[in-house]
Amino acid sequence: MAILVDPATKVLIQGITGTFGACHTRLSLEYGTNIVAGVTPGKGGQFFDNRIPIFDSVADAVRETGATASCIFVPRANAADAVLEAAEAGLQLAVCITEGIPIHEMLVVKRQLSRHQMKLVGPNCPGIVTPGPEPDSRGGCRIGIAPGYIHRQGHIGVVSRSGTLTYEAVWQITRRGAGQSTCVGIGGDPVCGLSLLDVVRLFNEDPDTHGIVIIGEIGGSAEQETAEWIQNSCRKPVAAFVAGTTAPSGRRLGHAGAIANSTHETAAAKIAAFRDCKIPVADSPSAIADTILKLL
Amino acid sequence: MDLHEYQAKQLLAARGVAVPAGDVAESPDRARTIAERLLESGVRRFVVKAQIHAGGRALGSFAGHPNKAGITFCCTPEEVEHAASEMLGKTLVTDQTRPEGKRVLKVLVEAAIPVEREFYAAVALDRTKDCPVLLASATGGVSIENAVSASPNRLVKEWIDPFLGLRQFQARRVAAALGLVGGSILTAADFFHSIYRTWWECDALIVEINPFVQNTGHATQHSIIALDARITIDDNALFKHPELESLRDASEEEPIETEARKHGLDYIKLDGNIACLVNGAGLAMATMDAIKQCGGTPANFLDVGGGASQEQVAAAFKTIITDTNVRAILVNIFGGITDCAIVARGVAAAINQSGARLPVVVRIEGNNATHGRAMLVEGLSRVIVAHSIEEAAKMAVQAAGG
Repeated sequence: MAILVDPATKVLIQGITGTFGACHTRLSLEYGTNIVAGVTPGKGGQFFDNRIPIFDSVADAVRETGATASCIFVPRANAADAVLEAAEAGLQLAVCITEGIPIHEMLVVKRQLSRHQMKLVGPNCPGIVTPGPEPDSRGGCRIGIAPGYIHRQGHIGVVSRSGTLTYEAVWQITRRGAGQSTCVGIGGDPVCGLSLLDVVRLFNEDPDTHGIVIIGEIGGSAEQETAEWIQNSCRKPVAAFVAGTTAPSGRRLGHAGAIANSTHETAAAKIAAFRDCKIPVADSPSAIADTILKLL
Repeated sequence: MDLHEYQAKQLLAARGVAVPAGDVAESPDRARTIAERLLESGVRRFVVKAQIHAGGRALGSFAGHPNKAGITFCCTPEEVEHAASEMLGKTLVTDQTRPEGKRVLKVLVEAAIPVEREFYAAVALDRTKDCPVLLASATGGVSIENAVSASPNRLVKEWIDPFLGLRQFQARRVAAALGLVGGSILTAADFFHSIYRTWWECDALIVEINPFVQNTGHATQHSIIALDARITIDDNALFKHPELESLRDASEEEPIETEARKHGLDYIKLDGNIACLVNGAGLAMATMDAIKQCGGTPANFLDVGGGASQEQVAAAFKTIITDTNVRAILVNIFGGITDCAIVARGVAAAINQSGARLPVVVRIEGNNATHGRAMLVEGLSRVIVAHSIEEAAKMAVQAAGG
């Protein structure tokens, strides 16, 4: 068990023939991900690396292969469209890696997704990994761009708004001999699919997840909402880290959503919210793994 | 991307928002000409407003002239010329600028509008509800954060469905909640609608009017005029709006930041003396935090991108050492997919090319990290290799002189 994806999940790749999409498709195949189709409009009928059939539309790919999840590597001008196409084709899950989608377009996408069952992770995210049992955690499901080998099959759920900082936390957990149930990077944009809280709720229901790590950052108030819910409803130990204590106010730090315009959007306010809700917060990025492992 | 007040007003005026008559000037001469033209059209009182990307101008002051504010009222074109000459080329410090202030290169010369009542209105992104929200208050003119913390119930909120836009009944509801009555409700509703249209059409993150005034005694009944305006455009959407990209004012940015952007680097200058070079925005923030926690101060935020290619690392190195405050450099790379040996080679080459004599602390982790670290230790005497972020931060603080 894990959340969102497992080794049996049939995955299709939107934008499979682009350089970035192709590179990560190969890495995911090596990892053991069950990639059944690619979608590149205009290239239907061809094969990716002589093995993965390419379709002109997501609907065609779903009909022919039974794919239920998509990974989107489509360039930003067409990425919002790609998400809507995935939803319309009846997929269960889309993971959008693309960075730089205009926020207004995401508002429209988000509104439209309320009419569909599909869950969206991202955009501007590293994706999802459910580690497998083999060496370097192969035999699992990797959707996105995270390095597979840093993972290890285990029982800690990781959810994060960041990319490399997530890898940092995952690698720390792995090196201490523990492992992860599923790792979800929800992305650094102000308007995104699943929220920190959505993912924490999934972990809470997953019997295979025994503890949860949350990696937050400046901007918005997702950490506060999550902290409050955990205090009232979460049955599992949770540890947190929040990046951006030294961030200057009103400046955007890399991620489109990483900007503190008011005091409640600062790292200090979020750390205080977690601590008020009795959730331990790692003082240093080097201490993320130890903070959760102490609770298990 | 932030816009100047005069640019924001142009975008709003093009969508039906009434703004005071006026124009922007880069010289005192030009400011006087604008005032003379306004005088001809019957204007008897003028206002000269410094154009910088920061609020608090009325209460700010110019470096060396504590009594001169960034907004001055005048009665003649001569006074306007004088006021402009006291602003242009000078440095304005407000509670929203950095302590060293901002140089004023443009002033907005406008007809001064008699104020009966000041209101606040904005359309912003509600990140909790994932939709735009119209915010309005009957206490305009002051900092909205102060106004809200003083009386939170007086901020009116109307959430907008992006599929439907701001509907007339919603706009009227907001106008009524502000205490407006009769025909003013309809005028205000049109006004709110124009603000929303500007927000939507310009891919804005925020359009803020603080204050707008209602002038019942004016020739046109129930007129509503935007006295000040602030717009921030979504950087991600600029590729769709070349006309908005051309409104970018490079003089408002740190030259290092402009240069860094050309190389595709996310760089923000800070006040400390430990330069950071990190791959990934979250890790970069966490690295800055670690430096602070070890008693140091970061000189910058810098994300070289997840992959940290050799070219990016070289460009990043050049960027961070142009800051003369820097006393030590901390490189923190998590090589996920990228081979750390390749990153190490890039770091070594960048150090050698840069010729900088600064101590460099490198923490490199991930794919083939052992090999990468070994390469750095063997190749360069000025490089100190750390094994955790915390250790790297401590070493960098020490290397920078405590």
